[in-house]
Amino acid sequence: MAVERLVVVDRTAFLRRPDYRVVRALALVALVLLWEAVTRTGWVSSLFLPSPSGVLAEGLDMARSGQLLVHLGKSLQRLAWGFGVGALAGVGVGVAVGFFAMAEAVVQPIIAATFPIPKIALLPLLILWLGIGEASKVAVVALGVFFPMAINTYAGVRQADPLLIRAAVSFGAGRWSVIRKVVVPSALPMVFAGLRLGAGTALLLLVAAEQIAADAGIGFLILQSGNLMETTRLMVGIVVLSLLGVASYWALGALERLVVRWRHI
Amino acid sequence: MRIVVDRVTKTFHDRRGRDVVALGQVDFAVEPREFVALLGPSGCGKSTLLNIIAGLLPPSAGRVYFEGEPRPGGAPVTATVFQEFALFPWRTVRANVELGLEELGLPAAERAERSRRYLEMTGLTGFEGKYPHQLSGGMRQRVGIARALAVEPAVLLLDEPFSALDAQTRTLMMDELLGIWARTRQTILYVTHNIQEAVFMADRVIVLSRRPGEVLDVVPIKLPRPRHEGQQGEPVFVQTADRIWGLIKSQAQAALLDGDGEAER
Repeated sequence: MAVERLVVVDRTAFLRRPDYRVVRALALVALVLLWEAVTRTGWVSSLFLPSPSGVLAEGLDMARSGQLLVHLGKSLQRLAWGFGVGALAGVGVGVAVGFFAMAEAVVQPIIAATFPIPKIALLPLLILWLGIGEASKVAVVALGVFFPMAINTYAGVRQADPLLIRAAVSFGAGRWSVIRKVVVPSALPMVFAGLRLGAGTALLLLVAAEQIAADAGIGFLILQSGNLMETTRLMVGIVVLSLLGVASYWALGALERLVVRWRHI
Repeated sequence: MRIVVDRVTKTFHDRRGRDVVALGQVDFAVEPREFVALLGPSGCGKSTLLNIIAGLLPPSAGRVYFEGEPRPGGAPVTATVFQEFALFPWRTVRANVELGLEELGLPAAERAERSRRYLEMTGLTGFEGKYPHQLSGGMRQRVGIARALAVEPAVLLLDEPFSALDAQTRTLMMDELLGIWARTRQTILYVTHNIQEAVFMADRVIVLSRRPGEVLDVVPIKLPRPRHEGQQGEPVFVQTADRIWGLIKSQAQAALLDGDGEAER
């Protein structure tokens, strides 16, 4: 009698998602090479699209002469202040609104009403109030960071496990202990998600503010270079912004792994 | 300490605003150093009652009090072991055990000494630096027990502490809890829906009826201590377990059909 043998095969093979590491690196390299090729062959005038090697040379030049550092320093200073003030205020307000019903009643409608305003629209008003100096640019960045931070922290606090809160209370924790030992640690992952959102917003608002009213900074560098048709310098500014974005994302990730260590061990 | 539950009732309001009587009128006392199991089918409000005794939920009427010699300053009367462990994921095993000690305001050296002692008693030596998610269910609940013992309460409240564990682990943990209790000798109130568990561990079993929860009967367990697994085959054990099953069988069947048994909180 004929016997049929049916060997079991893995039917999920097509669902596998391997980590194509080499492809990841190659894709970026290929893009730069293609860009270089397009400019070398003269298809596109370097006035509209300077070559990557040209941008790199110009960037190194500007770094050596110190101009790049001046612009970058100014921008980083504004970012640090705006981001720091906005994030601290956002976390503080988020915790208060999430924990105290009275704070929620007072602040939540105000946030709902002011959150949709594009923050850059407030820059003229902020300049009127705080002057054309650093304060108005820092303030617009801080406002942009404040909202995602406050909203994320609030959501994180509301998600704190009521069982853990009751457990803490059962071991004698009062209001402030519960906030410090349960609510804030519970909210930390959401706080970090807010920091990531805030970092993107901060960069956007910084450049916009520097293009409207500044005499230094990466945003100013880009605008000025554009006005003078110095496309290579303009591209240097854009590359620096890209690196700034990647660096902040990486730094926040490293900070999160350090602070929210219990999730990663 | 003696626990007195004096004419306690609890009524919840459901979403449609109807009153749901979780606890009818409940009266009982637990004598000093006694091990009492509170047993009932799902939906009998036994966890509700335990939360009321722990001060984590206000009763609708009646009161709970503790009687006994005055406690030395700051020593808490009750400590609770939770069904879902309720460990703080961001705290190491040792820091979880020390939470209650922090709230008592003990200095660091004394906290370390006490946590070391109770971690040893619960078989957790060597696991001090682990985070809860690195431990098995049984080990997690040991942390829950160590955390409760560390505050040296006069009354230990356990809310279905082993129901989230597999059957083998549960048997081992019951043995260990009895061993620990033989040394520490607090008054214990142990909530469970498991008849075997209640009969094996307790001096008396208070049987609660289904909603509204009321005391159906109080069954004394006439098994000598120290208890051991072999007793589970003895006629006294079997007869007592049968008697309790007889009391709640029809109610457990009703709970099965109702499908809202676990909605007691």
